[in-house]
Amino acid sequence: MTVSREVVIRNKLGLHARPAMQFVDVANQFKSDVRVHKGGEEPVDADGKSVMQMIILAATEGTPLRIEAEGEDAEQAIGKLTELVDSKFGEAE
Amino acid sequence: MEIRKGIGVSPGVVVGTAIVLDAEDLLIPKRHVPLENVDAEIDRLRKALAAGISDLSGQRDEVVSKYGQEIGGIFGVHLGLLADKTIVNQFIAEIRDRHSTAEYAVSTIMRKYANAFLAMSDKYMSDRVKDIYDVERRVLHNLIGQTHQDLSHLTEDVIVIAHDMLPSQTAALDRLHVKGFATDVGGRTSHTAIVARAMGIPAVVGLGAITSEISGGDIIIIDGHRGLVIINPDAEQLAEHAEYRTKLIKLDKELRELAHLQPETLDGHVVSLQANIEAPADVNDALARGAQGIGLYRTEFLYLTREVEPTEEDHYKAYVDTVERCGGRPLVIRTLDLGADKYTQAQLANPERNPFLGDRSIRMCLHDIPMFKRQLRAIMRASIHGDMRIMFPMISTLMELRQAKMVLNDVMEDLEDEGIEFRKDIPIGMMVEVPSAAIQADAFAREVNFFSIGTNDLVQYVLAVDRTNEKVAGLFCPAHPAVLKLLRDVIRTGQRNNVSVSVCGEMAGEPLYTLLLLGLGLTTFSMNGPDIPEVKKIIRSTTYEHAKHVARKVMSFDSERQVMHYLREETRKIIPEAF
Repeated sequence: MTVSREVVIRNKLGLHARPAMQFVDVANQFKSDVRVHKGGEEPVDADGKSVMQMIILAATEGTPLRIEAEGEDAEQAIGKLTELVDSKFGEAE
Repeated sequence: MEIRKGIGVSPGVVVGTAIVLDAEDLLIPKRHVPLENVDAEIDRLRKALAAGISDLSGQRDEVVSKYGQEIGGIFGVHLGLLADKTIVNQFIAEIRDRHSTAEYAVSTIMRKYANAFLAMSDKYMSDRVKDIYDVERRVLHNLIGQTHQDLSHLTEDVIVIAHDMLPSQTAALDRLHVKGFATDVGGRTSHTAIVARAMGIPAVVGLGAITSEISGGDIIIIDGHRGLVIINPDAEQLAEHAEYRTKLIKLDKELRELAHLQPETLDGHVVSLQANIEAPADVNDALARGAQGIGLYRTEFLYLTREVEPTEEDHYKAYVDTVERCGGRPLVIRTLDLGADKYTQAQLANPERNPFLGDRSIRMCLHDIPMFKRQLRAIMRASIHGDMRIMFPMISTLMELRQAKMVLNDVMEDLEDEGIEFRKDIPIGMMVEVPSAAIQADAFAREVNFFSIGTNDLVQYVLAVDRTNEKVAGLFCPAHPAVLKLLRDVIRTGQRNNVSVSVCGEMAGEPLYTLLLLGLGLTTFSMNGPDIPEVKKIIRSTTYEHAKHVARKVMSFDSERQVMHYLREETRKIIPEAF
């Protein structure tokens, strides 16, 4: 089963090292493969379970991303990951 | 294969294996492992990664318990990177597919990521490159062990890649095995450039981020003529460079044949070409290239090669060794010129706000008379072994010169009392490198036997340009009319007062300025040994009359661009291959 969802990075500093790590930590709680796609002029695909690839995405504030999960728990994974992005990774304003 | 353009500061072309110095001097020893060791190498990598993870977890737990979860967070990222399957698989693929060593695999892949970070436009993101370096170092430490390899004991020929070479690093170099330099920063007169030219090896500086683009073990071509660095060249390029190199070696051989000939113009005007050296062993090479003496012996290298201050005996041995190698030719010993860009480790602890205007050189010596006297005693004791002269650096006021001479007199009186032999009439000279000394040359001429114009510092102080700051290094130009006026005046003052004048800055060894300096009436040129043949060739190919004409014309220009342009044209007429 494949599930995907569009999100927008809302925290001020973007998807820097720590939020990237939080994302990977959450992704790793699930069996599903997680891919993150960044569009725009130079589209990039990242493995949602690789912190390096997530940082290299360089998703700054306002960047739209598509999160894609494939596997038996895809639905739950997407739910948790979207929640994390929408919570601005718990960063203070 | 990639080509990077920088500033070629020391000529020559060389091909070799790179070692990259980071802040911790971790060196990647080898690039390849034999095929049968590939599995063992992957095993080493896994163990190093596991050790890195266990070190980090320990540190994280400690930090978290002391400072809380927030601070511990960054360790989490580093842990995540070490355990990142994408990266680990890339390491393993590099080892398996290319038979790379684990060190090389880690270094080369992490540097690719570092570059991706550096390229990010978001400042906050690009700053995170530090994390990448940190993780790289951590794994390398576990692979190589905690021992920092030093550059003084190399077993094979290498090309040193560094952000910038510190004087303390170059002083300890294994000169036999270092075949070239490439650095991120620097200019024509930076320390790396000076050392490379003195060693006669090619160097390219001002390359930007070359340390992140090259990994230890990469094959590198350094082209010091064209200012190029070629990373992992293909076969065609290697062949092209081999050919180019042969051509240069042939030219070099022709120039070497000039070694036995007099530096005399076509109309019979004779000058003296001398060499700048840093260590006693440099004398032999300088003489082989035709030096008629040593116009500048930089004694600071005695201080920089050891942790503690050299003793009087250390000085004495080095000076006797040097003067004996000179075989009766003149040797100008410059007293300690430490400070500013040449710190010792001890000085680094308490940095000055403005070191080039600070407590350096003769000022530092006059603040530490016992240290100064140790060096002066050694010089005076060695003075009976050859034609030795003594020179004080960075004199800016008459009082300073008189104080320095007074200390020297004290030393002589002590030696007299102790019944130790020395040369009583040793010629005493001073560097003219501070504008005040150049402007007041008349007054100084009455108190010394010779002047030596240090153009590097003089240009820097006259034009207010820090030559090591790459943002303004372009403003550093000996051809600036203000500098040339001072040069002309000092040379004239010397002639009027029977004080011999030499130029010992980089300018003396640059073919571009030979005609001009000759025409201004300069009689002694002191330069790095490898520059002597080319300068001599120019002198032997022109007349003094023509040089004087060139100098007069140059002095009528009011911008350095006109000066450089005109000198380039005139020099090209004499040796077309120079530019």
